[in-house]
Amino acid sequence: MTDTLTIRDLHVSVENKPILHGVNLEIRRGETHALMGPNGSGKSTLGLAIMGHPKYVVTSGQILLNDEDIVDWTPDQRARHGIFYAFQRPIAIPGVKMADFLRHATTNVRNPERREGEELVPMREFRKELKEKMGQLHMDLEFARRYVNDGFSGGEMKRAEILQLAMLQPKFAILDETDSGLDADAVRLASESIAKIGRDSMGLLIITHHDKLLEHNPPQFTHVMLGGRLVETGGPELAIELHRDGYERIRQKYPEADADNRAMEQVEAGI
Amino acid sequence: MPALSIAPYTTEEFEDFLSRRDEPTWLVERRRRAFEQFLQLDWPSRSHEEWIRTDIRMFHPERYSLPGATPPQPATGVPSGQMKLEAVAGRIVSVDSSAVSATLDSSLREQGVRFQSLSAGLDEAPDWLVEQLMTRAFDSSYDRFAALHAACWSGGALLHVPAGVRVELPFHLLSAITDGNVDFGHLFVRLEADAEATLVCETESLGGADGFHCGGVELLVGPRARLRFVTYQNWSRRTWHFAHQKACVDADGELEWTVGALGSRLAKVNQTVELEGRGARCRVNGTMFTEGRQHLAYHTLQHHRQSHGTSDFLYKTALQDESRTVWRGMIRVEPEAQRTDGYQRCDNLMLSRLARADSIPGLEIEADDVRCTHGSTTGTVDDEMLFYAMSRGFTRREAARMIVTGFFQHVFDRVSVPSVRDALARAIATRVRECD
Ligand SMILES: Nc1ncnc2c1ncn2[C@@H]1O[C@H](COP(=O)(O)OP(=O)(O)OP(=O)(O)O)[C@@H](O)[C@H]1O
Ligand SMILES: [Mg+2]
Repeated sequence: MTDTLTIRDLHVSVENKPILHGVNLEIRRGETHALMGPNGSGKSTLGLAIMGHPKYVVTSGQILLNDEDIVDWTPDQRARHGIFYAFQRPIAIPGVKMADFLRHATTNVRNPERREGEELVPMREFRKELKEKMGQLHMDLEFARRYVNDGFSGGEMKRAEILQLAMLQPKFAILDETDSGLDADAVRLASESIAKIGRDSMGLLIITHHDKLLEHNPPQFTHVMLGGRLVETGGPELAIELHRDGYERIRQKYPEADADNRAMEQVEAGI
Repeated sequence: MPALSIAPYTTEEFEDFLSRRDEPTWLVERRRRAFEQFLQLDWPSRSHEEWIRTDIRMFHPERYSLPGATPPQPATGVPSGQMKLEAVAGRIVSVDSSAVSATLDSSLREQGVRFQSLSAGLDEAPDWLVEQLMTRAFDSSYDRFAALHAACWSGGALLHVPAGVRVELPFHLLSAITDGNVDFGHLFVRLEADAEATLVCETESLGGADGFHCGGVELLVGPRARLRFVTYQNWSRRTWHFAHQKACVDADGELEWTVGALGSRLAKVNQTVELEGRGARCRVNGTMFTEGRQHLAYHTLQHHRQSHGTSDFLYKTALQDESRTVWRGMIRVEPEAQRTDGYQRCDNLMLSRLARADSIPGLEIEADDVRCTHGSTTGTVDDEMLFYAMSRGFTRREAARMIVTGFFQHVFDRVSVPSVRDALARAIATRVRECD
């Protein structure tokens, strides 16, 4: 049976404010989905809720990993069962070296039953693999000695997220604007890397405002989020249309969701 | 067991203490003078400025006899320490204020290096020792603990490195207390001009002993000499820890002082560095971790007496449970000390809502051409960091441990003795349980 991640009628609130109003989505391993939508429509909220961020509270609905509801799982349980979220805004952890962080993360994700204090993956093997993957991403080895995201440029952070994706080899990966902040060459490299890391063995949900990433990783499905709902789903041509024409048609077609989105945008802008 | 006296340390007990020891007259006289001071002083109370936040009403000195008053207890274990020092230049192990073993590399001995129990070093005390013991870097009138220590110190260590001798390997002093006992060890270190040495001191309580430490440290760093000094305080949480620790650094001398403050029920430590010569340098790497109901109070003073000195005190503290820390730092710059570069900082990481950290930085500057900066911060473990790490497979506790260790990393990076760095990182990581 193909692994499946199913989002069923998901409602999510942040600080008691409802953001998602019933999202439905099904991703199978091997599929690539694009998630598009205007600013503030709730795309990152969906990603963070799937990963289990404690502030993003599921008020109703289900997140199913092969029929098992994971809504009550901790983020690390989800990670150890093959879910990965590449942060739109990665978090810095001063004083913790990238290599040490990754070695521990890799150990836990590859040995979901590992208990605290048990052995980490052997240093030599880990180093070899890390070096190889960094090489593929054209990353300087010095990077591994730096503190996690601490003082990284926008582009470096995104590359570091892809490196983690490459090391952790999840079943399902949500890439939240992993292409923003990267220069043109870096976007091409990132896109190729993602394809190489194993697009075919992962279920991918790509959140993006650009088209390069999708060019290299053509989605079978495109979803449009507006006002906390997935209002439309189509094929690759929908992504192309939205890039070309923007969201005007969608906004007019779904006035209720549009009103919600505008209300959220205003909150976001602090009006 | 001698009967418990309500007013501890009477003249009679003190005379008994003296009679058990066979010491030179000059020393006995000094001890008597200090004991007079002790009798005249009161135990500090919260009306004293330095003790406003540190309450010792639960401390009952009458429970503890003077060093040597009780016969040695059958060993409740062997002091082992936490430092994994592969090779040492010399090692002294002391239990209840008296040395149980002392070693020194024979080639160093031939070069004139001394490393021995201070009590043992007094038999043929050189003139400089008679002259300087507790006269330059120790003030017995500071408070009642200082007076008690000056009167009744016992054991401890003497390290003397002659001019120009550079010792690569570290010296190691391990002091332990057994249940109901005391450690009144005095440490006297003197590096002559151009000498170099590393001294790692650690403390522990055997079998979680209830004990009383009343200590003193004197470090004399000669011109262009270089001392790396470590105090790794790991007393049990039933031990009372009071200490006066002072270093005097001569012209172009350099002191790196690493502090690991982990243990004790209550600690009150005065740490002073006197930058006495032109261009003297000092760097303090302070780490504190407290838990349970521990109370650790550190009062630091960077005293610039001559020009072109630099001092850089960095303390990082993490507090768990209902523990408490007080850090009061002072940079004092005398009028002569132009071109001083002084820095002091204390960062606190609160792992519990019930913990409390007080940081009180201070400056007293009388020279006009100086650069002095100070500051302190207090924060909690960031929820977004926790989530980020957990989303990569770390359990909450593993994530908290890693973040707390990362918080200390900046201090660890400054510690130039690898085994000390590792011991500190290990000790802190194993103590972190959770964070609210
Ligand atoms: N931690 C938070 N605290 C308060 N409000 C939040 C938080 N996270 C999201 N929101 C609100 O939820 C709404 C959806 O935000 P979200 O970040 O999911 O949008 P998005 O579709 O990812 O937007 P963008 O394209 O700009 O990244 C916005 O109104 C936002 O302000
Ligand atoms: Mg977003």
